[in-house]
Amino acid sequence: MVRPLGFLVGLGFITALIFAIFTTPLKNEPNAAYSFVKHPRHLELASDGLMPHWDLAQLQRGMQVYKEVCSACHSLNLVAFRNIQDLGYTEGQVKTFAKGFQVPSINPDTGEPATRDGLPSDYFPAPYANDVAARAANNNALPPDLSLITKAREGGKDYVYSLLTGYQNPPANLPKELRPGTGLHYNPYFPNLNLAMAKPLSDGQVTYADGTKATVDQMAKDVTAFLVWTAEPKLVKRVQVGWAVIGFLLIFTVLTYLSYRNIWADKKH
Amino acid sequence: MSFPWAKQYEPQQPLMKWLDEKLPLPRLVYNAIGAGYPVPRNLNYFWNFGVLAGAALVIQIVTGIVLAMHYAANAGVAFNSVEHIMRDVNAGWFIRYAHMNGASMFFIVVYLHIFRGLYYGSYKAPREMVWLLGVVIFLLMMATAFMGYVLPWGQMSFWGAQVITGFFSAIPIVGEPIRQWLLGGFAPDNAALNRFFSLHYLLPFVIAGVIILHIWALHIPGSNNPTGIEVKDEQDTVPFHPYYTAKDGFGVGVFLLVFAALTFFTPNLLGHADNYIPANPLSTPAHIVPEWYFWPFYAILRAFTFNFLWIDAKLWGVIAMFAAIALLFFLPWLDSSPVKSSTYRPLYRIFFWVLVADVVLLAICGKMPAEQPWVILSQIGSIYYFAHFLIILPIVSRIERPLPMPNSITEAVLAKHADDKSAATA
Repeated sequence: MVRPLGFLVGLGFITALIFAIFTTPLKNEPNAAYSFVKHPRHLELASDGLMPHWDLAQLQRGMQVYKEVCSACHSLNLVAFRNIQDLGYTEGQVKTFAKGFQVPSINPDTGEPATRDGLPSDYFPAPYANDVAARAANNNALPPDLSLITKAREGGKDYVYSLLTGYQNPPANLPKELRPGTGLHYNPYFPNLNLAMAKPLSDGQVTYADGTKATVDQMAKDVTAFLVWTAEPKLVKRVQVGWAVIGFLLIFTVLTYLSYRNIWADKKH
Repeated sequence: MSFPWAKQYEPQQPLMKWLDEKLPLPRLVYNAIGAGYPVPRNLNYFWNFGVLAGAALVIQIVTGIVLAMHYAANAGVAFNSVEHIMRDVNAGWFIRYAHMNGASMFFIVVYLHIFRGLYYGSYKAPREMVWLLGVVIFLLMMATAFMGYVLPWGQMSFWGAQVITGFFSAIPIVGEPIRQWLLGGFAPDNAALNRFFSLHYLLPFVIAGVIILHIWALHIPGSNNPTGIEVKDEQDTVPFHPYYTAKDGFGVGVFLLVFAALTFFTPNLLGHADNYIPANPLSTPAHIVPEWYFWPFYAILRAFTFNFLWIDAKLWGVIAMFAAIALLFFLPWLDSSPVKSSTYRPLYRIFFWVLVADVVLLAICGKMPAEQPWVILSQIGSIYYFAHFLIILPIVSRIERPLPMPNSITEAVLAKHADDKSAATA
């Protein structure tokens, strides 16, 4: 009974699929945007690969770019001031840095909303009180939180770096419907080609304390490196621990292999 | 149960003797995975994957229990509680990445375990019950993995839950009420997240229970082997311990090496970037893609694009997707060939490898967006998938002329060694 019934069921599915093949158009609907979207440019960072380390000077510069440029619109909700000790700052420097921010609080006497100086245990304050305020200030676009941005986009850090450096005038052959509307800006690295964020970086926008020349490319690299760190502060440690684990497991596996061979030595199999 | 020459458990120390009289637990272990279980002497490395799947389950349960201590199943804080684990919990990043990639490792070894069974005919009499219980475990694993993927409450979590629970709404009339009842709302939200967490914690223990039945059912006929010939006498077998505990020990070492490389060096390789964006019911991702181990079934789901026989294409897809797994329950009776191992089945062996290629093709189609050529490839792939099990296999098992087989496992082993020797001297 199973085989004849199975045969019929199989024929049913196959017939439905054959009808599906002949009724599905073989041509995709043309998507003009495809030919204009560019693949992200590769960005090499010290934190890449199997021997990663943090380039602390670069991370510090990147944080400066975030603080002076990006933080005007983008939050960094998952990063606390205490975390930036990882970037090579001393405890005292972290305290001073935190103090430079005003964070929401309540008045201890009246219970009214108030603000106070930041502490190392506080998180980077968001630029807007809520999403509605953020949209209202940004032409109805919501600037995403940047904490995880290099993990939350296809292409990761390459995408972020390419986007920041990819603003340009629309090509002459760009169809009319793909041209940026009001309040939108052309960027071939953005999947929709036009995004609400205006070109955020221009040469010399920040003044680096270490004398590095603040070109658009340099600032984009630095802030992307910083955002790789914010997305995964344990990245370097993870790979280092990984090597120790692999080393241990290699010895373990060799020993188990030798004992396997030893036990089976007298047995043909 | 087992073979007459199986070693008997003889406790030496008084304490073990006492324990054996009151509660013969050591005896149970001895007979299950110790020297008391005779196993064919000729198993190859593909027989490691059962133990590896068990190891993967243990790793998932241990890491999962620790994660549950720090995770909060509430739609408002779930996403951030996972990031709290990644950032603030001691070694939390390791536990979380190990659990995330442990699911993938579990599916890798289980898929290899299933294809081993398909190649060597392990589903055939007298091991049908072992196979049936195995399919139950596979289904439970898929349910557990799906619900686990929802818990971080990222974009793919939310939209994956939306799509998968949407299967139920394909059922005419009662579908939508069933879906709302399952979700506890009109869309995935806090109620769904809470019940998924509860079930995600429960199901692994159900899996562990069915694994006990799976092993119990296996021990009645004993393990299959690469020749597919049943054990005839004592020289065909070796005791599980130390022979296969040693071999499995080596297998576990290799498994952990791959697992560690994945977890420590490229933990997000098998994940999806969108799941690092918090769930947002108002913004649909450009491409909703399930985890890699669902890709072949997702391709079958999407292959049905035509309302054939007035049945909605979506319903066809859902039925076909469930049928693609459910037909495995009938496999022992679809394949009527008395020969188990593909080594002696020249015709079946060809179709087996076509099936492997077909499942890989379906997996690729499941990953890609629903555009040509992927749609037509998934349609062709689905046709072969159903044809293989429901049409080709019953016919092949009838018309195939098997190759000459050795009389016993030992004869096969000795012939192989004689071959090796003559090849070496030649």
